[in-house]
Amino acid sequence: MTSTAMTAAAPGAAGLRSRPLDGVGARLRAPLQGMLGLLAVAALWEGYKALAPEDGVVIGETRVLPRTSDLAMPHVWDMVARLGEPTTSLPGAVPLWRTVADAALVSLGIAAVGWLVGTAVGLGLAVLMARLRIVELGLLPWIVLSQTVPLIAFAPVVRSWGARIEIGGWEWPPWLSVALIASYLAFFPVAIGALRGLQSHSAIHADLMHSYASGWWSTLRRVRLPSAVPYLLPALRLGAASAVVGTVVAEVSTGFLDGIGRLLVSYAGQASGDPAKAWAPIFGAVALGLVAAMFVTLIGVLLRPYRRGEAT
Amino acid sequence: MIEQMSEPAGAADRPSPSFPPSLPGPIGVPAVQVSGVTKTFRTRAGLVEALADVDLSVAEGEFVALLGPSGCGKSTLLRVIADLETSTTGEVEVFGKTAARAREDQDYGIAFQQAGLLPWRTVAANVALPLELHDLPRKQRKERVAHLLDLVGLGDFAQHHPDQLSGGMQQRVAIARSLAEQPRLLLMDEPFGALDEMTRERMQAELARICAETGAAVVFVTHSIPEAVFLADRVVVMSPRPGRITGVVATGIGREVPRDDALREDRAFFAKVTEVREALHGSPVTGVGREER
Repeated sequence: MTSTAMTAAAPGAAGLRSRPLDGVGARLRAPLQGMLGLLAVAALWEGYKALAPEDGVVIGETRVLPRTSDLAMPHVWDMVARLGEPTTSLPGAVPLWRTVADAALVSLGIAAVGWLVGTAVGLGLAVLMARLRIVELGLLPWIVLSQTVPLIAFAPVVRSWGARIEIGGWEWPPWLSVALIASYLAFFPVAIGALRGLQSHSAIHADLMHSYASGWWSTLRRVRLPSAVPYLLPALRLGAASAVVGTVVAEVSTGFLDGIGRLLVSYAGQASGDPAKAWAPIFGAVALGLVAAMFVTLIGVLLRPYRRGEAT
Repeated sequence: MIEQMSEPAGAADRPSPSFPPSLPGPIGVPAVQVSGVTKTFRTRAGLVEALADVDLSVAEGEFVALLGPSGCGKSTLLRVIADLETSTTGEVEVFGKTAARAREDQDYGIAFQQAGLLPWRTVAANVALPLELHDLPRKQRKERVAHLLDLVGLGDFAQHHPDQLSGGMQQRVAIARSLAEQPRLLLMDEPFGALDEMTRERMQAELARICAETGAAVVFVTHSIPEAVFLADRVVVMSPRPGRITGVVATGIGREVPRDDALREDRAFFAKVTEVREALHGSPVTGVGREER
């Protein structure tokens, strides 16, 4: 899932000036290429399954290529068909895709909150660091250090702290712990990217604004933030990917029951009896990453005026 | 002021009623007064003396070119006048105020070698930037921008973005922007340095026309001798390491003389070019050199 979201992020980072596309053919090209890529992965999967030995490839004691049994690698069509079947054998059970979609939507909501909080915190820290060099020197190492703490180490801590918070009649809901952990991952790329972007304006623009006796905040709004946009967009995309990963991992490690993280774990446990079922939440998680990446692409479209190439 | 601005540009004599100076200054106060200015930069290699004991006075409405080789401190001098750098010693006065005060009061307009337009803003929004920063009401801002774009001949490009313009057009936008607040002083740091020769000559003629219309004093940094003679009332010649003024040549070409191709062919113009070159090299140019010219 991580790699999917990251791959989706990469083209935006490289191609700040996207070529103007025109015509129906050009508009259809991207989705068509996406479909082709999907088919290629399915073909690779089935091709390997058909050609490789049942027990995988073992060199010495080490298995270098996986088993191709239906247990380890269900057929693509079985996995797709399983999505349409009922989740459990209980009477009245909803189709599997419905269960996965519901859980994925819950996770998406949590990831969105985490991303928003992370983006706000990241932007705030970046502005603070851009404002005062001393803050940058003092804070930046801690920001980098913050990301070396393993998520599963502090997830239970966040949950148990959260469980003790009660303000008035309001109790800290468990999903907020998950969102908080997601934001902890999401703020990092935003803070780093935004700081870099806020420092990227040209010396001439700085001189010009100084000659206009423009204040720091006014310069921030009119020059520094707009020139930060090309750096900010890839950062936001990375942040969105991090928020999704953070949400799924935090759901698992805090024992949150309604999201896709829980499905991933529990269906994996049922894989010996129902191997195709375990893949459903994985597809759900991939879709989650894609939706997050698409959302940031949409932001990029809205901010297109600020992505014009620097005038020569 | 609004009615005056809506008059067609270019029709008026200097000082143009369509483009009055921002504030009537006290009589006899020079636009720029630089006295005993030195500027020392601290670099890794040690102290570098960029300016040594520079005195310069620019009268109201006067066009002064700062001429010299690279590294002679002419840009530094301009930046000190603009309060983008502070002098190490000495005093700078702009219209009788400190340089910092003059900057805060927007007494000068400035243009650099790079146009320095904000790429995400349209041409009109770029010119409007200083007006917007100083809270000119929207309606007046719009009129003023339209007038300025007409002045530099870019009326039809108001809604274009900088990346859709040629280098010369971008520089014209930058000049329009520098004129936005009707400054009585223009500071220009090699504004045509990055342009090709043909564009450059056309821009020089245009700048001369605009200056005649606005009546603003100009401090113009360049390393082109013909450019300096063509535009300026006085050419201030500087030498490097440490940067100091080594000569001042009055061109004697009156403001009433049109800056056109005829002037470039004029014998008196050549004579002044030679005189400035001699001042620059510190010795008379040989007779042969004169003939060739």
